[in-house]
Amino acid sequence: MKLSEARVLVMRGPGTNCDAETAAAIVELGAKAEVVHVNRFIKGKRSLEEFHGLVIPGGFSFGDRIRSGAIFGKMLSYSLRRELQSFVDEGKPILGICNGFQVLIESGLLPFGEVGEPTLALAKNASARFEDRWVYLRKCNSSLFTLKLKNVSRMPVANAEGRVVLPLGEEKRMLAQLEENHQVALRYCSAEGEVAQGEYPLNPSGSYADIAGLTSPEGTILGMMPHPERAFYRYMYPDWTRGNNEAKGDGYAIFEGMLVYIVERF
Amino acid sequence: MKWEVRVSYKRGVQDPEGESTLYALKMLGFDRVKDVHTAKLFIIEGDYSREDVEKMCRRLLANPVSQDYEIRRVD
Repeated sequence: MKLSEARVLVMRGPGTNCDAETAAAIVELGAKAEVVHVNRFIKGKRSLEEFHGLVIPGGFSFGDRIRSGAIFGKMLSYSLRRELQSFVDEGKPILGICNGFQVLIESGLLPFGEVGEPTLALAKNASARFEDRWVYLRKCNSSLFTLKLKNVSRMPVANAEGRVVLPLGEEKRMLAQLEENHQVALRYCSAEGEVAQGEYPLNPSGSYADIAGLTSPEGTILGMMPHPERAFYRYMYPDWTRGNNEAKGDGYAIFEGMLVYIVERF
Repeated sequence: MKWEVRVSYKRGVQDPEGESTLYALKMLGFDRVKDVHTAKLFIIEGDYSREDVEKMCRRLLANPVSQDYEIRRVD
């Protein structure tokens, strides 16, 4: 497929607020992006089949009530279950950013790619604060999303509930399973690329094993707390007038990887 | 029927809001406060059995990985 024919859905819900810049990133790369409200799919006015890729952008869906991403996540797993599962089974890529990651966890899609009950949690940050800061990320797998990403990248986080919690007493076993499947995509690290080992503020949330992003076992679903759309161009960085003058920011590679995969696969 | 559902982080999962509250209470001179845990309370009215309310907890109100819930009938 030609890049200009690739159609990516940016699915919004009530309270989503990063949809425009996320769609803009995809359009900048030369593909088609459409922002559509989740209710249009639930009411059957639109279908996921129209699209080759799905992004659930950041924001505060349903005002973060109950838990961040909980209501939007359940909407997907109860009202769009079949459509979403076949989207996944067809190998179409799904990217969840920040609140979108929380939605993917609550819908069960991450970490194991099965719509249903959550098997992992994103809990309140250990600092008990909304963490809004630039972080360093270490690339830990070579999924379609991270293939073109630098080994150490820099993007901003902006969340209150970004702390990955694995089932109590099962943490080590589950982490080993995630690592064996190459599902740990991104870890918080220092500027030199040393993993944060829980050290604040390198790891801004207290996330288990410094996990910042996870992919499904097949690598076609990525959920990440940092915002690649806010690090799309170098001039979006706080120090953009200093240092290197590349045009692209580090987040560019995440969207590029997704679109390259769509073009090659469909 | 009226049910109260209390959702809190499991013991062993860090409760940062509880920790901040503990810090603030000590700051105000409440030296004997040993620990603080936070919880969210849902008051649910409707003709549902305890089993139904448990389903509500598992499906929506709590994330079973990080949270516990307690159900109490209040009428």
